[in-house]
Amino acid sequence: MSTPEIVFAGSGGGALTQIADYEAVGGFAALAKARAMTPDEVIAELDASNLRGRGGAFFPTGRKWSFVPKPDRIAKPHYLVVNADESEPGTFKDREIMLRVPFRFLEGCLIAAHAIESKHVFVYIRGEYEQEFEVLVAALEQMKARDLLGDVTVVVHRGAGAYICGEETALLESLEGRRGQPRTKPPFPAIAGLYASPTAVNNVESITTATAVIELGGAEYAKLGVENSTGTRVFSLSGNVVNGGNYELPHGFPLRDLIYGVGGGIAGGRTLKAVIPGGSSTPILTAAEVERVTLDFDSLTGAGTAIGSAAVIAIDDRCCMVQLAVRVSQFYEHESCGKCTPCRVGTRWLTSILQKIEDGRGSQADMDLLLSVAERINGKCLCPLGDSDAIAVASYVDKFRDEFQAHIDEGGCPLHGSSSLDHVLAPVAMHTHHHAREVVPL
Amino acid sequence: MIPLYDRIQELKAMYPDPRSAVMPALQLAQERHGGWLPEQAFREVADALDLTPAYCLSIASFYDMFRLEPVGEHVIEVCTNISCGLNGAQQVVEAFASELGLGAGETSGDGAWTLRTVECLGGCGWATVVAVNNRHRLHVQAADVPGIVAELRGESA
Repeated sequence: MSTPEIVFAGSGGGALTQIADYEAVGGFAALAKARAMTPDEVIAELDASNLRGRGGAFFPTGRKWSFVPKPDRIAKPHYLVVNADESEPGTFKDREIMLRVPFRFLEGCLIAAHAIESKHVFVYIRGEYEQEFEVLVAALEQMKARDLLGDVTVVVHRGAGAYICGEETALLESLEGRRGQPRTKPPFPAIAGLYASPTAVNNVESITTATAVIELGGAEYAKLGVENSTGTRVFSLSGNVVNGGNYELPHGFPLRDLIYGVGGGIAGGRTLKAVIPGGSSTPILTAAEVERVTLDFDSLTGAGTAIGSAAVIAIDDRCCMVQLAVRVSQFYEHESCGKCTPCRVGTRWLTSILQKIEDGRGSQADMDLLLSVAERINGKCLCPLGDSDAIAVASYVDKFRDEFQAHIDEGGCPLHGSSSLDHVLAPVAMHTHHHAREVVPL
Repeated sequence: MIPLYDRIQELKAMYPDPRSAVMPALQLAQERHGGWLPEQAFREVADALDLTPAYCLSIASFYDMFRLEPVGEHVIEVCTNISCGLNGAQQVVEAFASELGLGAGETSGDGAWTLRTVECLGGCGWATVVAVNNRHRLHVQAADVPGIVAELRGESA
């Protein structure tokens, strides 16, 4: 089927890193159009498009911008902060957007800055994306040479390895030169964000898509996709599929067609066991559920999960679900910033209990303890990092309880020796973000 | 080479509050000190930004990419998160370990190599992702490892 390209339009599968090439496919027309409009008119187009945030929370972009007070109401500088700290396991779309269409992204930054009446843009890019950082800086130089920035300054700020900085208030703390720990909300960033000033924080794909919304017009953009999930989405497909990669498709695309069609099916002729549909934080789907859902907000929410960051991880029948739970939980344990006790301590407990079950030392009481700890993390912290661990692990238990039970009944892992995640090492010799006391394994 | 102090003043000028320059300043100091941050680096950054060395250390100790111990000339980081794990990341780690005679998390005695396992590098669809001196190599399999090591040995020679 033919699919419209919005984000990657004009790139022809390659990269538009020279400004002349981008202009040849209509680049910067949207910026000129937006600058001829009032900020409120730009926001009205975004509202008409119903573009919703691509970072994971799916919050309407236009509404987010409209929350930033007018300069005459708060006489402080206004800031646009772009979240390019993509770190959710399974997600790798923003890097490809920055590599292939850096100008469309930067054009979107200037459009957003115009909409919220800001002269200062900060792009917070994850430290591991060195090449992407260089591409953005080179693109900015070309735009400066053309005087496209006007009186707006754009600073590309590199992170230094901390998943938590993808959480918007932790990101702002980090950008202010502090440890990346989430803030209490309210106040929300729109009122008191960067340097306690009005701030909009948007994801890379949202900002890049905003360029297309202005170019096409909001109503036209809204014709793509499905109700409540307009437009296209860059889906990151990974795991045990033949063709992993980023695919721009309209919202509402059937999940099974992404995996078996676009993705070429399950590698090695094996069978699909489960799919994580929206990044590691989202509840897992069984192979049977995969047949029934489409890739949009309503369908995935209806199936008890979420579209999240649109990162689809396919898992074949070799994988032990307890090992998967251990590995996912290790990640969140490592990435906990340590600020809230339920997350700092709870993620460690989840990992320890899961490891005990995997090793065949688990009892029935450990299953209850596992779910009880998950319950005690969920919703009790400043940010959703701990919840992500709790919700993901609880979903594995819910959907694959027999497999957890078999570990307890058989006193060991039924798939040991053949599981694709056998012995996978969690990171060692990285410092944890917090310095909790050494805990003796359960 | 422009002195570190002067380069940090340039970074400072990019932000409304000089404190915001602490991460880029530490990144720069780390490059200048051979890939890690000795005590002296914290004194230099603190001096340039009018912060304390202890404050700078508190920042560095929070973020994974700041290194508080010496690293090898070549730093090999293998992603072992979900998608890489499902595609043989552990075999890649073991191949590097056997080729280099190092365990994950270790630096060789001659200071040539550091091998680490790391959390998601953001290349899940191109598993296994290996960062070699911060540059990502995609679709790495265990069989590719001897070639990568030989190539890097050639660069050092």
